[in-house]
This record gives sequence, structure tokens and C-alpha cells, in this order.
Amino acid sequence: MTGPDKSLFDVEEMEINFGPQHPATHGVLRVKMKLDGEKIMEAKPIIGYLHRGTEKLFETMNFPQCIPHTDRMDYVAAATNNQGFCVAMEKLLGVTIPPRAAYIRMILAELQRLASHLVWLATHAVDIGAITPFFYTFRERDAILDLFEEYCGARLTLNTMKIGGVPFELPDGWLDRCSELVDGFNAHIEEYENLLTENRIWKKRTIGIGVVSAEEAIEWGLTGPPLRGSGVKWDIRKIFPYDRYDEIDFEIPIGKKGDTYDRYLVRVEEMRQSVRILRQCLDRLPDGPHMARVPKVLRAKEAGMVYGSVEAPKGELGYFIVATEKATAPYRCRVRPPSFINLQMLPAMVEGHLVADLVAVIGTLDIVLGEIDR
Amino acid sequence: MSDDKPTTPPEEGPASDEKAPEQATPPESEEKKEKQPLTDEEKAAKIAEAKKRAAEKKAAAAEDAEPKPAWEDKPVTPTHEDASDDPDAVALGGEMPGIVLAADRFAGDVTLSVPADRIVEVCRFFKHDCDYKFLVDLTAVDWPEREEGRFDVIYWMHRFDDSKRLRLHTVVADEVPISSVTEVWKTANWMEREVYDLFGIVFEDHPGLERILTWEGFNGHPLRKDFPVEGIDTGAAIYPDVYPPGGGPPPEEAEEDEGGAA
Repeated sequence: MTGPDKSLFDVEEMEINFGPQHPATHGVLRVKMKLDGEKIMEAKPIIGYLHRGTEKLFETMNFPQCIPHTDRMDYVAAATNNQGFCVAMEKLLGVTIPPRAAYIRMILAELQRLASHLVWLATHAVDIGAITPFFYTFRERDAILDLFEEYCGARLTLNTMKIGGVPFELPDGWLDRCSELVDGFNAHIEEYENLLTENRIWKKRTIGIGVVSAEEAIEWGLTGPPLRGSGVKWDIRKIFPYDRYDEIDFEIPIGKKGDTYDRYLVRVEEMRQSVRILRQCLDRLPDGPHMARVPKVLRAKEAGMVYGSVEAPKGELGYFIVATEKATAPYRCRVRPPSFINLQMLPAMVEGHLVADLVAVIGTLDIVLGEIDR
Repeated sequence: MSDDKPTTPPEEGPASDEKAPEQATPPESEEKKEKQPLTDEEKAAKIAEAKKRAAEKKAAAAEDAEPKPAWEDKPVTPTHEDASDDPDAVALGGEMPGIVLAADRFAGDVTLSVPADRIVEVCRFFKHDCDYKFLVDLTAVDWPEREEGRFDVIYWMHRFDDSKRLRLHTVVADEVPISSVTEVWKTANWMEREVYDLFGIVFEDHPGLERILTWEGFNGHPLRKDFPVEGIDTGAAIYPDVYPPGGGPPPEEAEEDEGGAA
């Protein structure tokens, strides 16, 4: 191809594949890139390798049977997936959940948010070259997973919420153990920050990489930390409070510049806010039943469509459910996966950057392919 | 409502007894009734018992009178209401008369039905004049039996100022294209690709309408109701002599791909 008379500086565009089997793609994401040397001229994410047809499967199952399948979408944050489905279903059926159930749900969801952010921090840091935080974050994540295991028997695919509440009462002593974890957590966040926040290499790798302005973020439909990193104060827990988040006091952290470093700071601050929410939930946990009185067979009385959403760790996770009259199964259940819509912005974020920065940007978007491909 | 119960007066307790004719008289006879039993020991005992029972009943009813918490009660299923008075419906109707085919409120969300051929116009109006800057979701629903058109295409928008959400609903027939709204919201790009992939609805003027979750050459659109849940055989590319063509990319191309990768 390259003749001897060709100058060394003649640029030849090269097309290469990044993934689908690559550890830094967090699953089976394939990015087709056109490179000029090491500079990315064009990037095209190719997805669908993990497509299991979850939305199609939903149509064949009755409402409660769908819940275990939601676990398998964002598999590092199963509790919030359950919560999203239950919130949407409760809207359709008109069920109000008891306060204790709402508080247990919030505790589980915030623990899950911490666990998910810990996975994000670990993998993001490893991608960029800092291997140490991985060992620290997985230590705490394991403690959280132990709590989950004690509560519902599973560590990852939790299936821990029911339409109308939560399936189990908290085991004896669980609250104390959870309390202990929560009390010590801020110190752990401090540890991660000591490793990274002022780290010169970390800053060089993240500041000014993948900058997204607030207008662009809205135009591209980003939600969750990527949107907040660009300075838009937007959190489903605040604007459409579900469960009992309206009784809880917390802040929405936002970034200034919208680069990878800001998104890192936003997520770290979000962990602190989660700890704050957990503290309040544990202190105020009311007594009472953990399930609402719901019929044995859940039936949508009227035909109609509802949309219920929650603030998942990755962004706004919504369930759009269409039911026919007297239906016991969804006629159609669309999932609005935050990762899918956030990933769409990848080409705009990486063009002009180096290949190594692609890894940083994929990490900062915090995608989970199970949710993207469904 | 359970509120009706506690109004039962205690005198009604012995109504079924031999005192029935007296009970028929208005409550002014209370004093008389109080005196009468004094003449008969048996009756007095009976009345005392009845009064006690009534008091218990009353106490129980008083407990019930407190509204039951919502989670103990039956679910209150949402109903459809007319939403033509919704400010956004009014604004759209004022700008483009007759375009709102139906306005419905269900479970707190407003859905406006608009004709499919004017969807871009409507979306542009909502984005620029009504400040719906954020497209939350775009999806479709398949109703194969429906006469006026097989698919619903749903747009779900968000406004930041007052955190209001609005749903647009259009009906599209099979094999009839609908205009893309990618020029209105960039985020519609992948959502429309997904709808094209899974339902086979073609979006006109889309910058790159390709399949996204399944692969190019996949035969069928999985979320259509007539697509089997167990899936279809897609082994065509690997075993061309066993499986009929149409399940995957043509064999020659597949071989080429393999060669390229190696």
C-alpha cells in the first residue's frame, strides 16, 4: 500500500475496531473508528451484541413476572431497575405503598447507587491507568452486596421489590449493620478522593476531555451525572419525587465545565449525598406493613399508557407501560435506558481526541451494555 | 364509605326484640324507654346488654371512621379524563387549528393525538414556542388489528421551567413512512433507529437509518406482534445449504467479513 515515494508525513486514515471484546468497553461495545495517527476523526458505536429482547419478553409475562427480568438490564444496579418498574406499575394500578416500604426501597436504592458508583469509579480508574482505587472500592462494594445478600438472598440480580412494596421485612440486626456501613462510608470516600482528586496524572487525563455544554447535553438527551456534570440541576428524585424522596433533604451536585473531571466530582459528591439520604432513612424508618394490600392477581382496570421513572445511578430510567383493559400483562413495555441515550453522544464527545481518551469518555459515561441492548 | 356506620344510635340495638313497636316511635321516646325497663328485671338486663353491645359497636365504628391509610385500601385506578383545557393543547390548537385530534389525561399525564404527517411541525412548535427542550423518549406500539393504522408512535417531552411532561401520539399505517424529528431534537436519532429496527417504521429524512440492536440483514422486526417470541432461525449465513436465505447477511458477504477479520 505505502509506496516508497510516499512521504512519512502523508496521512493515511486508518479504520480500526475498538471492541467488542475489550475490557475497557465495559461489556460488548464496539466502536468503529477512523484514525489519523492517534487522533480520532470519526467514531461510530455499534451495539446490540447483548440484545436479549427483554421488551418482547415482557409482553409474554404477567406484571410481577417482569420484575426479575428488569434485574438483568442494568446488572450492576438491579435494585433501581426493580424500583423503576414498580413505580410505573403502581402508577398504572393506582397503588399507594406504605411508608415503611418506601423507606426500605430508598435504603436499597441508595445502597445500590453507592455500589454502582463504586463499580464506575473502579473501572473508570483502571481504564485510565490507576489500578489502586479498584481494590478500595470493591472492598466497600462487597460490604454492600453482603447487605443485599442478607436481605434478599442475591448479590447482583436482587429482585427485591414488589408492586406495592418490598417482599420481605428487614432481618434482625440488618439496620445496625447497614448503619455501621453508612457511618463509615464518608471516610472511605475520602480515601478514594485522596487517591484521585488531586492526582496530577488523573487530572491530566480527565480535565478538558469530553467536554459537553449544558445546551448540547439537553439536545442529546443526556440524563444523570453526565447532564449534571454540565451544570444542569436535574434529578428525578427532586422534580418527580417517587417513594418518599420528598421527605428527604439532599442536594443535587452539579459541575461547571462539563468535562470528565467534573463528572467524576459530581459522582463522588453524589455518593456523599447518598450517604446523607441513607442516614436520614435509617433514622426515620417508620413502623408498619412492608406491603400494600394489593389484589392477588394484578389487573389493569382501564386501558391506558403510563410512564414512571426513577433516578437510576446512570440517569433517568423510565418504564413506559401500555396496558389493555383488564390486562394482567403489559401489552407493551418500553424501557428508557439511560445508558443507551447517553452513549449516543459518544461520537460528538471523542472526535478530535486521542484513542486513549476514548477509554476515558466511555468510562465517564458509565454505560452498562445489558441496559443498552436490553 | 365506612363513615356511615358510627351514626347508628344505641337504641337500635334491641330493635329486633319484643320492644320493636316502641322503637318505631321517634327518638323523643328515649326517656320513656329508659323508665319502662325498671318495671321488669329481665327487660332491664336485656337492654343493658344491648346498650353495651351498641357502645362496643360504636367504638369499633369510631376506629373505622378514621380514613384507612391508602395502602390498606383498594387501589384507586386512574381514569381517562378530557384534557382539551390543558394549556399546551390550547396553545397548539390556537397555532394550528384542528390539529389536536384528541387530548387525554391518564394517571396525571397528558397525551395529545396529532396527525402523523404534521408531526415535525408540531414538535418544532413545542420545542421552540412551548420550551419543550428535552425529548425524554420516543417509541412505538404495535396494534396489528387496528384499522386506522397499525402503529402508535409516541413522543414524550419535558419542559424544564415547570417540570411538565407532555406526550404526543400519532398513528402510522404499516409501510407508511413518518418524518424524522432528528432535526428538532438530536437525541431522537438512536430512538428512531431503534423503532425502525424493532418495528419497521421508516423515518424519512433520518441522517442514518440503520438497524441498531439487531444486525443489518436481519429478517423481520422483533417487536411486531406477529414476530414469534421464540425468535427466528438466523443461521443462514453460517449454514447456507441448511437454512434458506433471508436470516442473515448473504453468504458471500459473511465470508468476506470473516476474511477481513482474520
